[in-house]
Amino acid sequence: MSIQVSMVPDATETVNAPRVDRAAYLSRLVQLRGELDAAGSGLKDLRDRATALVQERAMPSTRAEEWRFTDLSPLLQESFQPVVPQPITAEAIIPFGLTDAPHRLVFVDGVYAPSLSTLGDLPPEVQLGNLSRVPGGIPHIGQHQGAEETFTALNTACMTDAAVIWVAQGQEWRTPIHLLVVTTTGAATLSHPRCVVIAEAGSQFTLIEEFVSLEGGGAAWVNRVTEIKLGAGATVNHTRVQRQGAHTFHIGKTAVSQARDSRYVATVLNWGAHLARHHLEIYQTGAQTATILNGLTLLQGEQLGDTHSLIAFTQPYGMANQVQKCIVGDRAHAVFNGKIWVPQAAQLTNASQLSRNLLLSPRARVDTKPQLEITADNVKCSHGATVSQLEEDEVFYLQSRGISAEMARQLLTFAFAAEVVDAIPLPTLRDRIRSELSLRLNPA
Amino acid sequence: MIRDNSDVILAIQDLTAEVDGSPILKGLTLEIKAGEVHAIMGPNGSGKSTLSKILAGHPAYTVTGGSVTFRGENLLELEPEARAKAGLFLAFQYPLEIPGVSNLDFLRVAYNAKRKHEGLEELDAFDFDELVQSKLGLLQMDASFLSRSVNEGFSGGEKKRNEILQMALLEPKLAILDEIDSGLDIDALKIVANGVNELTTPDNAVLAITHYQRLLNYITPDYVHVMEDGRILTTGGKELALELEARGYSWVREEEEAIAR
Ligand SMILES: Nc1ncnc2c1ncn2[C@@H]1O[C@H](COP(=O)(O)OP(=O)(O)OP(=O)(O)O)[C@@H](O)[C@H]1O
Ligand SMILES: [Mg+2]
Repeated sequence: MSIQVSMVPDATETVNAPRVDRAAYLSRLVQLRGELDAAGSGLKDLRDRATALVQERAMPSTRAEEWRFTDLSPLLQESFQPVVPQPITAEAIIPFGLTDAPHRLVFVDGVYAPSLSTLGDLPPEVQLGNLSRVPGGIPHIGQHQGAEETFTALNTACMTDAAVIWVAQGQEWRTPIHLLVVTTTGAATLSHPRCVVIAEAGSQFTLIEEFVSLEGGGAAWVNRVTEIKLGAGATVNHTRVQRQGAHTFHIGKTAVSQARDSRYVATVLNWGAHLARHHLEIYQTGAQTATILNGLTLLQGEQLGDTHSLIAFTQPYGMANQVQKCIVGDRAHAVFNGKIWVPQAAQLTNASQLSRNLLLSPRARVDTKPQLEITADNVKCSHGATVSQLEEDEVFYLQSRGISAEMARQLLTFAFAAEVVDAIPLPTLRDRIRSELSLRLNPA
Repeated sequence: MIRDNSDVILAIQDLTAEVDGSPILKGLTLEIKAGEVHAIMGPNGSGKSTLSKILAGHPAYTVTGGSVTFRGENLLELEPEARAKAGLFLAFQYPLEIPGVSNLDFLRVAYNAKRKHEGLEELDAFDFDELVQSKLGLLQMDASFLSRSVNEGFSGGEKKRNEILQMALLEPKLAILDEIDSGLDIDALKIVANGVNELTTPDNAVLAITHYQRLLNYITPDYVHVMEDGRILTTGGKELALELEARGYSWVREEEEAIAR
């Protein structure tokens, strides 16, 4: 099923734009990459293989089914330059502080910034930092299913370093870890931040991964890959916040593999960037595994926010519960494509997916498409999609009690978002998203 | 209670209104003074709920003529929330369900909007909780209704009690009760009617829309108006309601027609 609500024509390639050779364009991006230093030297083979892959590819166009609603032409208009890492001050990132997440790792334009990071007192079982902190290298990097996808391969070909979060077996780490990925938007720059998260068997922790931009007008493009590996019985509560600046581009991948009895909870908030695409891919590799995905996308102006998710079951007794909500205003455009694969071996899978969309303006648009591929016969799978507007009668009911129309809209929109907002594990972040919501509703 | 020197709270003069181009109110005149209880009765579709929603400011209806003065102000110029803050309250015939908005939050936001309007400090969650608990007793409502979404899954009678709970918090100058008795069992009717009576003072007024005398056994009207086809056909005292109950509406129409001739 596909629900499309739109009063504007389908996404087409930007008219009048000069024709760009999409293959040559992509190849050129690889030439912008930085040199490997000692810390990254273990990546050479991986980079070379990915480079070869990228050389065979082209920038996808809207003729490709996977990119049907997301036109990358605005990217093609930019002539991206390699990032020259800008030193930034600690003051510059104060607004992004989370008082309830004491361990903070900061990356600026893809480069680790130890002076801005506050790791705190950590036992050897909890490793935070970058690749140089892991003497033997990371065996898992670049090994996930789907790593050959074009933008993932581009990241692999170009990465020079990676954030590392490694929690050892049985370690139940209580204090949240904040990974802050900062973009300094001076000019049209391209960075490829990478992150590897390893939750060994029986470990537990909470991770906040946040993408922000510093003030500035540049069209920075962040091409992100985060790989998360959960060992047997591990629990990871992951909140991903994409709130980059208004002129930026964000293409991101979160690739998760889950061993048996593990539990992965993701709360994905997406309200920044001019054009954002997130691939959220979960591979359940062991039995009796639980995946909980909560997504909230807030768009206004001419923003485009696209979430492509995949939950791939392979073993019996898997569970997944996915809720994706989009609040779309002005002429913004939200896209959701939710794949769920349940092969023959994944008997007794229990999966549900719900896509709910709230349009705040007549020119807002949403394209939502659940895509369930089920071959196992003894499973419980459900999906649903709704598109709605604020009910004028509900607004009136609240007004008739003395509540202003603005406040009424805010209450109703909060109510729509509540299910996802309440899933955010940190109060500071919850408050931040609430004020972001009211800002969207009453742009003063 | 009728007193000659009371202030006029609501004055409606020759009000005409339509919805989607079809006229519904066709020249309605009504005056309500402080301390009075008015009842409007009338056949289905005569425009009673339309009148109440127009007074509350529902955007679906267009006023095409006449005037409405509420406590000296031109009511029709005010936004719905300003009408509420000026002291007008409508208990809806069909209260809306608002999933996701907790009843307690809703009540607090509404109550604080009024406090702010009156130049008073807003109540914090703790103080408000105390206040609302005291009002629950008046309507014999369980506190569990506060944590649920506004009216969501409430029974018909529970919704009506929730309306009066809102009235109890907002203490309006004029409460329009649109069929507050429908869907109430006998005990609930007594409780709700008592709640309304507790809230009436010489300074405020009630306009109760109903089909049945039984509500008026508890909420005694000073005036009973019969509405038909968008107009007030006739007005009498509380005995008029008893007569309507016994004889229906047609005789009123015939008498009025006879007078017109
Ligand atoms: N929004 C609307 N759109 C179209 N017609 C409407 C609307 N609101 C009211 N009407 C019509 O106006 C007339 C009066 O309706 P209203 O609800 O005011 O009657 P009522 O006197 O309250 O009746 P009841 O006793 O059944 O509650 C009816 O014919 C109704 O169908
Ligand atoms: Mg009615």
